[in-house]
Amino acid sequence: MRPGRRKWSPFLVQAALVAWAAVVLTPLAWMASASLMRPGEASEFPPPFFPSRPTLEHYRDLFTRLSLGRAAVNSLIISIGATLAVLLLNSMAGYAFAKLRFRGRDRVFAFLMAALVIPAPVAMLPLFLMLRSVGLVNTYVGAALPATAGILGIFLVRQFARGIPDDLLDAARLEGAGELRIYWSIVLPMLRPVLATLAIITFLGTWNEFVWPLVALTDESRYTLPVALAALVGEHSADVELMMAGAVLTVLPVLALFLALQKQYIEGITLGGVKE
Amino acid sequence: MAAERGPLPQEARAAWMLLAPGLAAILVLFLVPIAAGFFLSLTDFDIYALGDIDTVRFVGLRNYANLLRDPLLWKAMRNTALFLFAGGPLTLCVALSAALLLHSRAARLKGLFRTIFFAPYVTTLVAVAVVFRYLYHPRFGLIDRGLALFGISPIDWLGDPRWAMPAIILLAVWKNFGYATILLVAGLQAIPESLYEAARIDGANAWQVLRKVTLPLLAPTLLFLGVITTIGYFQFFAEPYVMTDGGKPLNATLSVGLLMYKAGFRWWSMGYAASVAFVLFAVVLALTSIQFALQRRSET
Repeated sequence: MRPGRRKWSPFLVQAALVAWAAVVLTPLAWMASASLMRPGEASEFPPPFFPSRPTLEHYRDLFTRLSLGRAAVNSLIISIGATLAVLLLNSMAGYAFAKLRFRGRDRVFAFLMAALVIPAPVAMLPLFLMLRSVGLVNTYVGAALPATAGILGIFLVRQFARGIPDDLLDAARLEGAGELRIYWSIVLPMLRPVLATLAIITFLGTWNEFVWPLVALTDESRYTLPVALAALVGEHSADVELMMAGAVLTVLPVLALFLALQKQYIEGITLGGVKE
Repeated sequence: MAAERGPLPQEARAAWMLLAPGLAAILVLFLVPIAAGFFLSLTDFDIYALGDIDTVRFVGLRNYANLLRDPLLWKAMRNTALFLFAGGPLTLCVALSAALLLHSRAARLKGLFRTIFFAPYVTTLVAVAVVFRYLYHPRFGLIDRGLALFGISPIDWLGDPRWAMPAIILLAVWKNFGYATILLVAGLQAIPESLYEAARIDGANAWQVLRKVTLPLLAPTLLFLGVITTIGYFQFFAEPYVMTDGGKPLNATLSVGLLMYKAGFRWWSMGYAASVAFVLFAVVLALTSIQFALQRRSET
């Protein structure tokens, strides 16, 4: 095959990509570097990029004096809980939309897709009042619940589940397996790839979420990392190095998870993006 | 074979059983609150109502009337529109150039660059907003130090009302362009090589190929990105909350989302805040409808 696209100078293309990557990475590199500096070093003039004598004291501070270790545990509990719930609810609904026939299926599904354009904050105030009336404000459950109303996950599972052969399901029915049994022992194992994708998307989304936990968690001991970090900025905004350590602590888990599972993640993103 | 037999009764029953928990969650946690929010916006629900629900009174459209006279709303609308109409296209332009570079034959290590460009998208917004808060510092911030190399005198990015919004927009571009890049690269890969070939035989130059072949075929992806960006950018909230202490200087970075949060959870005027939420909803709905309509017109 002959090259159809105009060939740009390979050197220029590569140089542009490298320069671009450098600009993209600089904020993250500086964050990591400044988190290891002595107190006050990052705001010296001219500002150094690398620490003269790297120290972990700010990380120690975060876990001992300030309770960010606690916040990390809260974030973990809420994100894992929300992810498990989303996997269960969305795999059931996505499979039903893809493979089971019932009246109104297409209409209900089209309605859900239309609801995707509603901005989530519109539901926030009444949801807060509702959860408050049943005593779920300032609880892990209350913080995780809105994530379980995800619509995108149903769409992702449905797209994937359509590839399951009908013959397989019919054969199981002939052998007398109940519908729920079929979902649990045949469908669920086959959905594993899309569930991995959905799991990482949901986990990252809940971990990074800010507005809802800010509203729903009022007690400092329940704060998630982003909420605790935002509160910390209010009190310690002059301690640049400490703030950067807090930012690293917040970002590192999701960045590591992304690097480990980026194939599944990017697949899910592109699948969700090409809807037509 | 699937279409040959009609739905089995037990199949429909099982379907609704499987759907029930997920649909119930969407109904209770999303759709009911939205409907309730509209009623809330027609009341004077305030901090007293939190203690005693009987103090709530129906006020009709008074919240909306007050809201439309509130200079804060118009300030927030202006800032949000700026964020959307400057930040959105800028994000997509940056993403498109990155996608074209990544898609070019000359590029090496594509996987690595793709990962690097995408990394900011998965980071926690609050955390990187804290990082950028210091990068924008007029004295020791790296951005002003970098500009100084070109002889540009320091800009007080977050302290100067003229520069605070551009600073927030740059953060958004940095954080989000990688997502659009991934989708655009996927879109570029779907364009058949023969089309470029044909354009080249017709003597088209690179710019003409981009305008007549690449962009029209990317239209569905660009529409999707346009809609997603509109919905996402219209809600921007954490950036001013963390970087400019809630909309400073002089409310130059106050967003509609932030106004809603402040009205609802700082001043506890929940009825008023709900009317802000519905104004936001109406604007997002109008903007996304326009985008879909434009797309439909260009297809016919």
